[in-house]
Amino acid sequence: MQQFIRQLAQENDFQSTCLLKILRAIQARYFHIPKAAIEQLAPILNIPRTQIQNVIAFYSFFHFEPRGKYDILISSSITDLMVGQKELIAYFAEKLGVKIGEVRADGVVSLNNTSCTGMCDQSLAGLVNGYAITKLTKARIDEIVENVNKQLPLEQWSRDFFKVEDNIIKSGLLLNQKPIQGEALKAALERGLKETWEEISVSGLRGRGGAGFETAMKWHYASEEDAEQRYVICNADEGEPGTFKDRVLLNSYAHSVFEGMTVTAAFVGATQGFIYLRGEYLHLYDKLEAILEDRRKANLLGKNILQHGFDFDIEICLGAGAYICGEESALIESLEGKVGIPRNRPPYPVTSGYLGKPTVVKNVETYFAAANIAIHGGEWFAAFGTAKSKGTKILSISGDCVKAGIYEYPFGTTIQTVLDDCGATDVLGVQVGGPSGTFIANNEFGRKLAFEDLATGGSFIVFNNSRNILDMVHNFSHFFAHESCGFCTPCRVGTSLLKKQVDKIVEGHGSAGDIVALEELCQLIKNYSHCGLGQTAANPVLTTLERYPELYQNMLKKISYEPGFDLDKSLETARRLANRDDAAAHLAQVEE
Amino acid sequence: MNNKSIVIDGKNVPFEDGQTIMQAATAAGIYIPHLCHNPDFTPHGSCKLCTVKVNGRNCSACTFPASEGQNITNVTKELNDDREKITQMLFVEGNHFCPSCEKTGNCNLQAVAYHLGMTDNHFPHFFENREVDASHPDVMIDHNRCIFCTLCVRASQQEDGKNVFAISGRGIEKRLIVNSESGLLKDSDLDVNDCAAHICPTGAILIKRTGYKVPIGQRIFDHAHIDTVTLANEGASHDE
Amino acid sequence: MTNKKVKVATVSLAGCFGCHMSFLDLDERLVELVEHVEFDRSPLTDIEHCSSDCDIGLIEGGVCNSENVHVLREFRKNCKILVAVGACAINGGLPAMRNHISLEDCLNEAYRDGIGVENAQIPNDVELPLLLDKVHPLHEVVKIDYFLPGCPPSADVFWKFLTDLLAGREPSLNYELVHFD
Repeated sequence: MQQFIRQLAQENDFQSTCLLKILRAIQARYFHIPKAAIEQLAPILNIPRTQIQNVIAFYSFFHFEPRGKYDILISSSITDLMVGQKELIAYFAEKLGVKIGEVRADGVVSLNNTSCTGMCDQSLAGLVNGYAITKLTKARIDEIVENVNKQLPLEQWSRDFFKVEDNIIKSGLLLNQKPIQGEALKAALERGLKETWEEISVSGLRGRGGAGFETAMKWHYASEEDAEQRYVICNADEGEPGTFKDRVLLNSYAHSVFEGMTVTAAFVGATQGFIYLRGEYLHLYDKLEAILEDRRKANLLGKNILQHGFDFDIEICLGAGAYICGEESALIESLEGKVGIPRNRPPYPVTSGYLGKPTVVKNVETYFAAANIAIHGGEWFAAFGTAKSKGTKILSISGDCVKAGIYEYPFGTTIQTVLDDCGATDVLGVQVGGPSGTFIANNEFGRKLAFEDLATGGSFIVFNNSRNILDMVHNFSHFFAHESCGFCTPCRVGTSLLKKQVDKIVEGHGSAGDIVALEELCQLIKNYSHCGLGQTAANPVLTTLERYPELYQNMLKKISYEPGFDLDKSLETARRLANRDDAAAHLAQVEE
Repeated sequence: MNNKSIVIDGKNVPFEDGQTIMQAATAAGIYIPHLCHNPDFTPHGSCKLCTVKVNGRNCSACTFPASEGQNITNVTKELNDDREKITQMLFVEGNHFCPSCEKTGNCNLQAVAYHLGMTDNHFPHFFENREVDASHPDVMIDHNRCIFCTLCVRASQQEDGKNVFAISGRGIEKRLIVNSESGLLKDSDLDVNDCAAHICPTGAILIKRTGYKVPIGQRIFDHAHIDTVTLANEGASHDE
Repeated sequence: MTNKKVKVATVSLAGCFGCHMSFLDLDERLVELVEHVEFDRSPLTDIEHCSSDCDIGLIEGGVCNSENVHVLREFRKNCKILVAVGACAINGGLPAMRNHISLEDCLNEAYRDGIGVENAQIPNDVELPLLLDKVHPLHEVVKIDYFLPGCPPSADVFWKFLTDLLAGREPSLNYELVHFD
């Protein structure tokens, strides 16, 4: 192992910024990060051992204790629950002979739940040793169990398991364009970079991650800063449950995305770019590396690009299971080989980003759009959309509809239009923008996709009338508590308290004061949290409580108070030890 | 001649470029409740007790730069009620049994709670199982009382030139860890005279054999308010 | 203050009676107090159950066993105002320091494996209340209206709180009276 780690560190130039990459390799080989590895790495990377321990503890895909040789994770987002996730994972566990969350005694296999893997259009999905598996059925599970028990190498498993479909159902302005291999760069360089910036400005392109910051402004700020180095980062940490459009863009339009980054780099004067690819999209890694290599060969990356005297290259960095890394400053921290804790702002990344240098961080879709705008001009793009939200938006549609997949619409399109297109009937409501977004009820389908109405990073989950909204709230509350980085008090403690409070109500133990307590908690988390995660973590409760107060009220018992823990269960140990089961050895949950 | 100023609760407060709202306030004798902030170290902004409203928007006073045109509210019922709830969150997250804690009366967490008029913990307790590390001959860690303010982490790095502590884990699983192969304090570089050994605002890091030198009833916050104590200490520290 | 006496009930659950002792530190003020207050169920009176019309219930100690739950419910049912008195009632206090040890380990250590244990056996008489897995503060089991912190709260705290209530004022404790130790 010593030699392996030494070599690994060497391959990464002993750079601590490569810590995640190094740990991924160790985890893959030893199924955990052995203590000896930490001790060996710390001095050669010149970082304290605590930084390595922190990173292992922070990211879901790193472990101090060995996982199985086959580490199987099953996505447990709401769309997975819709296709019977609980039953299927229980079946999986039974067939494998392993408890969920644990490693089988022989060390061959481990099984657990994981946050949304970005395959909501081909649920039930999961990961085997980091590689995406889709469309899990009992039959498929049986085959996997057989492979695992035979210890068949992953390369010999049926390729069907790993098949990830694009599912582009409705193409629009951008998806109708062919992948770009130099056209955008050439157009930008011919037109002039300043002029191209003006086209971006005219296009009104705003960040597609959800926050909607104007792209041209970011370019401008980053280029204005006095610095000897600048960076361009593509945020491909597509972690918002229900969104998967970046997966498709990177699978089928990666050239365009890279070209968008390169045009950005040319303008701001960056020589190094990164694409921060969420760990769940490991299956795209080799393909993207090959595309980067092609681009280097075509002089679209590397030194003296297209003989215009500017250098730029892109490195792919894989995440390791942390939703918070989709927040741009947490993403930068992660790229620096640290835990993904959002920074205090100001300063903003455009001033002080990666390694303290001016950095442009944009979403995959934003670079994709920027590349196309560089070719076709700002007016071409701005002709679509609304006054404040120009152009088109790519949606990831999942849940209760006939055709889950990728849809592109001009901003301003109504929710009803989208629902009609995807074949959603008998609709109860739609979660727009994922758990951090808004739940809208079926009397609001006239509302529009737009920053000024319903802003969305692309997640669009449909719920029909057979669904219980509280199941969704329950799932999302658990999600946020799991993904909170824990930096600030309101989010760290608040999301865990919120999870408990939602459980109490959803499980039917709520009483008179519990809705007030729930709302109070939501407001604290929303108003006082450090970053967007915390500020939106209460949205699932707040947006549904506003629309369906009676749904919550109906869950409450008509009593003044019920404890938040199970009284009778709390006596179980004492009963067993005293060998009693008489009436006095039990407690009613509420006073009779 | 400095003539830049911000307004805090209706009062004009001068500031210099580069100062945070907290720095400007402290220099002007205005107390903003806080736990993770200490003027000697890089601001952290994690406890969120110092949240003030800047032109209507919530900001952490310890990290947010003061700038012209800021109208800030600090002491309002709304803010103090919410600060009390955030303090209560810290109390239920850890295991804070003041009567059995050596730090009682000298504890900033407790004193902030007193200041905010907190009489109960409001939320359900987590009652998490946390360890005590008594391995070091002179210093002990009671993890039950750690509030993850990172003051020990920062003091060790910035003042002691060491790297003894770190905060590890995600979300509610956060824990203070010690930089030693065994993970124990005795095997770390910590010396009893280190700043990091004395900086803890709660009773999580204690110096052994000193806990009851001052009897309960005669301790700092038994009679003095944290606002006066803090302004006296931290105001002075700014002037150095 | 009105002429009709206010009914006060008190009890110690998982506590040490220290709060009750502190209450008695009211000393001569007790004489003034009983002019306005009538004690109902309380260790001071030996009345075994609350009257249905108690005005104020003062509860010391947290909830550690099934009997505590029953008593607490009786108080909640019969007292208009329920007050958590002292650190243990508010956050479990010292008894709650057993919460990080499993109940099984606690009982085994006390009754089976501990040094000097003879006739080792975990008590199982049906008369005995069973222990809860964890010691809980009162507000996690019933709704509590007021909290008097301190270990114990000083006599002045009781005095200020009760005289405020008796005078129809919203009780409030000034800085010197709020202590968690």
